[in-house]
Amino acid sequence: MIELNKISKGFNGNIILRNITSRFETGYMNLVIGGSGSGKTVLMKCMVGLLEVDAGQILYDSKLFSGLNRKDRRPFRQEIGMVFQGGALFDSLNVERNVMFPLNMFTKMSPEEKKERVNFCLNRVNLINVNHLNPSELSGGMKKRVAIARAIAPNPKYLFCDEPNSGLDPQTAIVIDNLIKEITEEFNITTIVNTHDMNSVLEVGDKIVFLHKGEKWWEGNVDDILRTDNKELNDFIFATKLAKSIKKV
Amino acid sequence: MNWLFHLGRYWIFTKELIIKPEKFSIYWKQLIRELDNFGYGSLGIVALTSVFMGAVITIQTVYNLVNPLVPISAVGVVARDSIILEFSPTMMSLVLAGKIGSSIASEIGTMRVTEQIDALEIMGINSSAYLVLPKVVAALLIFPFVVIISMFLGILGGWIAGSLAGVVSSSEYVQGIQDSFVPFNIVFALIKTITFAYLITTVSAYHGYYTEGGAREVGKSSTNAVVYSSILILIFDYILTQLILT
Repeated sequence: MIELNKISKGFNGNIILRNITSRFETGYMNLVIGGSGSGKTVLMKCMVGLLEVDAGQILYDSKLFSGLNRKDRRPFRQEIGMVFQGGALFDSLNVERNVMFPLNMFTKMSPEEKKERVNFCLNRVNLINVNHLNPSELSGGMKKRVAIARAIAPNPKYLFCDEPNSGLDPQTAIVIDNLIKEITEEFNITTIVNTHDMNSVLEVGDKIVFLHKGEKWWEGNVDDILRTDNKELNDFIFATKLAKSIKKV
Repeated sequence: MNWLFHLGRYWIFTKELIIKPEKFSIYWKQLIRELDNFGYGSLGIVALTSVFMGAVITIQTVYNLVNPLVPISAVGVVARDSIILEFSPTMMSLVLAGKIGSSIASEIGTMRVTEQIDALEIMGINSSAYLVLPKVVAALLIFPFVVIISMFLGILGGWIAGSLAGVVSSSEYVQGIQDSFVPFNIVFALIKTITFAYLITTVSAYHGYYTEGGAREVGKSSTNAVVYSSILILIFDYILTQLILT
């Protein structure tokens, strides 16, 4: 479980996040949604420690994470997996070495055990016989899958995904969303996904936090979304005519 | 005051490399890869530049040596000392700043803008040490060998050019390069080389590491890396010469 307690963050006097408080439960797909510039990415970067919060606290399973130095954060880091928007696969390493990377850095597994774990993770994301390929030889969807495999390789307790289905066709996007949801439930991970994809929200969202102008504007589940009269949320989620007609039904 | 900001950030950046490295076994493969890249990968350009540089120095020295009282073997002395003291360590470092410096800045800069460095940080890895330290160590180890090869090839180039042009005989040139040789000059050249190797790798890595934006900014970082490395090489060339040779 990850808790945010009155998080604020600004850059050069501009406040990007204001007093965000929320709780992301273990084993659920927690979605953070919002338009461009709403502060989703900044919030995620604060949650993983790439940015420091100006005020407030971030707790991982009731243990304080924000404000710790690099050394004290190390035990947390090894329990965090992250899938970046572009995959962030290491160009100089092939698929197998990319997935093996965190195992090489932090485990004392034998080469055979590592290879077995890599193959397990790649199988789990439905990738077979791609171990020797370089990232440049992969399609967008395959890159995202490899990134997920790398993120889950060290058995993380917390999984962060920054717009995991951006740039993918709708069918592949749903496959990736479902894959993340399955992995979350199967391994009982606390998963937080940044997205502005309406399909993801309705398909896999267990808990949804809507950011607007740097504030937590709304939170709830899919059923709540269909019933809410929050104007900004409705304008965001049901932006198209088709979506508006679904809402009316 | 912008330069003060960069100076401070460069200082912190280089301190992080040394104070908080990852475990040594992680670096081993990367070190070997960088040694190959910086050493073997640079030999072609170094050999070509050195041979022609030696040839030009020799012919220009003969051309300017108009005093009949000065023996023609002095051409060898001038060529040797010019190559050892200045051309091999400084010119080669400038050439390597162009080749290796731009490569380091663009590699690390691309990793920055494609979030690969963020991925390392999230895993709890000291990304600056992980990416840069093997490059710095490899450059410190291999540049002296590259420069020694350059010295040899430069002197050889001078000998070939002098003989082929018929302006200085083989025996006079060989006598010249043995005449009043000061072994400390080699030590001085290697001190300069090691200093330049450190500057090229850390300055270029610094520019790559703090790249912000996209492809255009990676190109800009790469250019800045070469420009600032070259300027620092020339400044430190003067400082070291002043400190050690006078």
